Amino acid sequence: MDVRNTEASVAFELNGEAVRITPNPGERLSEALRERLEARDVKIGCNAGDCGACTVLVDGEVVCACLMTAQQAHERTVETLAGLVRSDAHAQGLMERFQDHGAAQCGICTPGMIVSAVGLLRETRAPDESQVQEALGGVLCRCTGYRKIIDAVLGVPAAIVEDGGVGQALRRVDGIGKVEGTERFGDDVAPPGTLEIKVIRSPYPLATFEFGDLNGWREEIAGIEAVLTAADIPGENRFGVIPAFADQPVFAEGTARFRGEAVAAIVGTPDAVRAFSPDAFPVTWAELGGVSVVSEAQADGAPQLHEARPDNLMCRGFVTTGDAEAALATADVTVEGTFTSGFVEHGYIEPEAGFAEIVDGRVEIHACTQAPVMDLEAMEIILGMHRNQIRMVPTGVGGGFGSKLDISVQPYLALGALKTGRPVRLTYSRTESMQSTTKRHPSEIHIRIGATQDGKLSGFHFEGAFNTGAYASWGPTVANRVPVHASGPYRVSDYTAVAKGIHTHCPPAGAFRGFGVPQSGIAQESLFDELAQKLGIDALEFRVQNALEDGVPTVCGQVFEQGVGAKACLEALRPAWHRERVRADAFNAGATGALRRGVGLAAGWYGCGNTSLPNPSTIKAGIRADGTVVLHQGATDIGQGSNTVISQIFGSALGFSAADLTLVGGDTDVTPDAGKTSASRQTFVSGNAARQSGEAMRAKILRQVDASKEAAIAFGDGTLTVSDGDRQHVIDLRTLPPDNEGYVITSTGRYDPPTKPLDKNGQGAPYAQFGYAAQLAVVEVDLALGTTRPIRFVAAHDVGKAINPVLVEGQVQGGIAQGLGMALMEEYLPGRTENLHDYLIPTIGDIPPIETLILELPDAHGPYGAKGLGEHVLIPTAPALLNAIKHATGVRMYSVPVTPSKLRDAIKGARHG
Amino acid sequence: MPYLAPTRTEDALRFLRSNSPKVVAGCTDYFPSLQQGQVDEDLLDVTRIPGMRGISRDETGWRIGAATTWTDIVRAPLPPAFDALKLAAREVGSLQIQNQGTVAGNICNASPAADGVPPLLALEATVEIAAADARRVVPLSEFITGVRRTVLQPDELVVALHVPDVSADTQSHFLKLGSRTNLVISIAMVAANVRLDAGRVALAHIAVGSCSPVARRLPDLEARLVGTAVEDLAGFDFANPEALTPLTPISDVRGSADYRLDAVAELCRRAVIAASARS
Repeated sequence: MDVRNTEASVAFELNGEAVRITPNPGERLSEALRERLEARDVKIGCNAGDCGACTVLVDGEVVCACLMTAQQAHERTVETLAGLVRSDAHAQGLMERFQDHGAAQCGICTPGMIVSAVGLLRETRAPDESQVQEALGGVLCRCTGYRKIIDAVLGVPAAIVEDGGVGQALRRVDGIGKVEGTERFGDDVAPPGTLEIKVIRSPYPLATFEFGDLNGWREEIAGIEAVLTAADIPGENRFGVIPAFADQPVFAEGTARFRGEAVAAIVGTPDAVRAFSPDAFPVTWAELGGVSVVSEAQADGAPQLHEARPDNLMCRGFVTTGDAEAALATADVTVEGTFTSGFVEHGYIEPEAGFAEIVDGRVEIHACTQAPVMDLEAMEIILGMHRNQIRMVPTGVGGGFGSKLDISVQPYLALGALKTGRPVRLTYSRTESMQSTTKRHPSEIHIRIGATQDGKLSGFHFEGAFNTGAYASWGPTVANRVPVHASGPYRVSDYTAVAKGIHTHCPPAGAFRGFGVPQSGIAQESLFDELAQKLGIDALEFRVQNALEDGVPTVCGQVFEQGVGAKACLEALRPAWHRERVRADAFNAGATGALRRGVGLAAGWYGCGNTSLPNPSTIKAGIRADGTVVLHQGATDIGQGSNTVISQIFGSALGFSAADLTLVGGDTDVTPDAGKTSASRQTFVSGNAARQSGEAMRAKILRQVDASKEAAIAFGDGTLTVSDGDRQHVIDLRTLPPDNEGYVITSTGRYDPPTKPLDKNGQGAPYAQFGYAAQLAVVEVDLALGTTRPIRFVAAHDVGKAINPVLVEGQVQGGIAQGLGMALMEEYLPGRTENLHDYLIPTIGDIPPIETLILELPDAHGPYGAKGLGEHVLIPTAPALLNAIKHATGVRMYSVPVTPSKLRDAIKGARHG
Repeated sequence: MPYLAPTRTEDALRFLRSNSPKVVAGCTDYFPSLQQGQVDEDLLDVTRIPGMRGISRDETGWRIGAATTWTDIVRAPLPPAFDALKLAAREVGSLQIQNQGTVAGNICNASPAADGVPPLLALEATVEIAAADARRVVPLSEFITGVRRTVLQPDELVVALHVPDVSADTQSHFLKLGSRTNLVISIAMVAANVRLDAGRVALAHIAVGSCSPVARRLPDLEARLVGTAVEDLAGFDFANPEALTPLTPISDVRGSADYRLDAVAELCRRAVIAASARS
C-alpha cells in the first residue's frame, strides 16, 4: 500500500489487538507506541539505537522502536513487554527468573532485555552464554553488570527465599513493576498531549549572549505558550547541593560558562516543540575562549569563572599526620607517579525527565531524583515559595549513580507550570543529558610513597587536582573525601594529602559513585604494586602486611575497635591470587601469538555517610485499621535496592515479613526525609532509622498486651494477633482511634551517624563506619592491537552484614562494570562524545564472570552490623585492571581509560625504550 | 511534508524527482542523524517496493536488493567469498540494527566506518542506480566519494548491489577492531578475500575501513601477496608503508592515526591468514 500523507492512518497488531493510529509523517514507532497507544512499557533511552531500551518485536524480530517509522509498522505485528508478559510463556518465565536473580535493578533496560531474550528463546530453546550475549548485545544496562541478566536468561538456579528477614535473599519488593514494564519512570507520568518544555542551551564552552524580542518571537509561533528565562524566576536564580557553594543558575544570565548550559526554555504543544529548531530562537552569541583543563584554568591570565574564587580554585581538602617528607627521606625505597583520568559520564539509561502541575495553588513536581527533600529545598529558594507550597513526588529512577542528586529538570518544570498554569513535561534528550548534567571529576594526581626494606610503608604524599567544571556541585565533597581516603585501607603513619577543586568551562563535575576516591585509588593501588615489585614482595602480601586493622588509627587518627575488614578482604583473595597467577604465568610461558594474560588486584575503602556532617534519616511506619502495615520509605531506590533492604530491616525489627509491607515512597507530602541516596548511606543510616522504627512499633504492640520480647505478631483483616508462648492476644485494630493519616499505631525512627569534625590537619572522626573491599582481575591483552579483555573477576567485600546477599552481588557486579568502563573505555569529551555511540559504556559482551566473596565483619553502628556498599564496589576495579595489564604486558599505564590506542603506544614505547 | 511508501519503483522515482525527499529504509542512520526541529522533510520509504529486498542469482553474479537487511545477508546461503560480508553483517550495531539496517543504506550513508563497505569492496561490488528516465551501474569504489558523499544525484535511487561471479574456492574473512564488544564503531576494519593455488596466494582482495575518508582497497599489498606461501604469511611484511599508501587515517577519540596504521597491518595479517585457513 502507499502511505501518502499526513492523514494516512496506520493499522497494525499491537500485543494481539488491532490498532489504528494517524501518526505524523516519519514519527518514530517508539513515540507512537508511548504517546498514542499508551505503551509506556517501551522505554526511550537514546533515540539513536545505541541503548536498545525501546526494543520491541516486529513480526517476531527484535528492532529498536526508535529507529522505525510508525508507518513501517503498517500491517505488521508489534509485541512489547507488557503484551508478552500477559501471553508469552518465555516472557513469563523470564519475568520470574529476572526477579529471582535481581536481574532488574533500576528496571529501565528491563523491557529491552526481556523482549530481546524472548526473541532469542523463541529461536533457541536452551541457549548458551555466548548466544545470550549476542542476542542481548544491543541493550545497554548501567546497573547490573549484566551477569545476573545472563543467569536469568540461561535459567541458572537462584538462591531466592520467600520470607525476607535480614540476611535473606528476598526478591526485590518492587521488582514486579520492573519486569512487567508498569513501573513509572520520569517520562511515564505525563498524560499524552501535555505541554512540553525545550531548554535552549549554550553551544559554546564560554560565551556571552543577548536575547532578541522574545515576546514578539513567541507570539509569531503557533503553539508556543511561554518563553522562560532568568527573568521568570521568582526566587533566586541559583542552586547548589552544598549551600555555602551554591553557584549555579537555573538560566545563565549574560554569560554561559559551559557548553550545554541553559539560557532559556520554551513551553509549547507537542507539535510546536517538535517543529522548534533552537537555531530559530532569538539569541545572539559571542563566543569567548574558555579553559577546559586544570593547567589552563590555573595559568596566568586565565578567565575567572567565579569572582569570589581567585585562580579558579573552588576549594581544597587536606589531611596530614606524622611527617610524610621525613619518612619518605628515610624510606629504603620510594616510588612516584602522576596519574590522570577524564570526565566519566554516569550513563544511566533513563535521561532526566519529569512532569509538573499546579494543584490547589501548589506546585507538584514529579521527577526522577536521588534526593527529593534536597530538591524541595532547592525549589524553595528558586521559586521563592514556602516549602509547604511545593510537593516533590519522586518517580521511578532509571539509574542515578550520583548525578540525579543535583536538580536538572525540576526548576524548568516548576517555572513552566507556574507561568502557563497548565501541566508541563520535560524529558532531556540523550545529548542534553550528557551535556548538561554532572560528571565524574577528571583528575591529575601526583603521588609519592615510600617503604622500608621489610615492606612497611614509610611516608605517603598525595597531591590531586580535580577539574570541577563550571559550577561547584559536589566538588567540595570530592576535595574533602579524597584526602581522607587516598591512603587506601592501610596503616600510614606519615601522610600528607591535598586535593584541590579547580573550575573550568566544562560541565559541572559532581557526585559519581565514589566522589573522587576511584581516581585516587587508581594512583595509590597502582603505585603499591610498583612498590611491592621494587621491594621484591608479593603484591598481595605487601598489602596484607600494611592493611588497617581493628584498633589501628586511620590517616585521620580515627580508631575503629571492630569491623575493619581490609585485611580479611585481601586474605579472602589469596587462593584465587595464587591460582590465577600460576595459570596466567603458564599461559604466557606457552604463548606464541600476541595474547598475554595478567592478574592484578587492588583494595579499597569508603566511609559511609556525609563527611563529618550530620545526615539524619527518618523512617515512619503505620498500621491501618485493616491490618495493613505501611512503611514510609523515603530512601530513594535508584535501582540499588533500598526499598527491599529498608523493608527487610524494618520487617526483622518488627517481626513481620518484608514482602507483606505496603510501601509509600518519598513523596515529600507524606514521607519524612530519609536523606539523599548518596555516600553509600541508605543501608547504614536509613537502615538504622528503619530498625528503630520497627523496634519502636514492636515495643508499642507488645506493651499493649504486656507480651514478652519473644512474642510473635501477625496481622489479619482488622486484627493483630500477638502469640507469646502459650498465650495469644488478639487486638481488634478497628476499635483503635485512627490518626489523621488513618493509622491506628505509628512509629518513627531517626538516626544520624556519630561523627566528629576534622581539624585543620584533617584529624577527627569523619565517618561512623567504613566498608572494605579487595578485587582481583584477570585480563588477556593482545600485544599487537593493544586490546584488553577482562576474563574474570573475584571480588571480596566486607559488608558487615549482608542484609540481602543477592542485592549485594548485584551491587558488586554493577560496580565492577562501571569500574571496568572507567578503566578501559569511558571518557566524556564535551562536544565530541555526547551520545552513547561515541561515549562507550560496557556492553553485555564486555563483562566476564564475577565471583563475589561476601565477608561479614560486623560494624559497631550499622543495623545488624551492616555497612554501606554502593560506592565501594567500583573503587578497586580500575586499579586491579591496571595492575593486571602491567602483569600481562610489563607496561604501567598512568592514564585511564586504557584504550587500545594508548596501550599499544605504551607497549611499543616500552620495547623501543 | 508527505511520507510516501510506494509499492512501485516508478512511483518512488517520480516522487524523488518531484519532491526531493529523504530516502529511508531501515532508518538506522536516519533517525540518529535527526536534529531537534528537523521535521519539514519529505520521506520516501522504499521498503514496500517488491524486489528491493532479497538476494538472487543472475547470469553474471549476485544481486543484493537495496533494502536487503544485514540479517537477510547473515541468513542467505552464499558462497565462502561472502563470509567477510556475513561476518561484517553480524557486527553492524546490534541484532536490532541488523534486522532494520539495509545494505544500500550503509553505502549511501557513506560513513568512513560503514561496516559493510570493506567486504563489498573486496567482492568488487557494483551499485545499480535508477532515475525516472535512466539506469546506470557504478563500481562501489567510485560510488562513495568522500565522508557522507556519494555520486548519487538527487533524483536517483540505489536499487541493488551486484557482486560479480566469484570462484567457489575464494575464501574470505573480516575483522573489526573496537573498544568494546557490541555496538561499536570501528577503529579499523579489514576484509580479505583470498584464493589459494597449491598452497600459495593466487589472488587477494583486501579492503580497509575507518582509516581513510572512504574505505579503500590495498592494490599494492594485494599484488605483493600473490605468490606468497600460506606458511609465510605470518612473517610477511604487512606493515610496508607502500602497501598501506591508500590509507590516510585520522586521529580521533577512537584512536591515533599512527595506531590505526599499526593496527591495520596486524589486522591485514590476521584476516589474510584466517581467510586462507577457512575452508
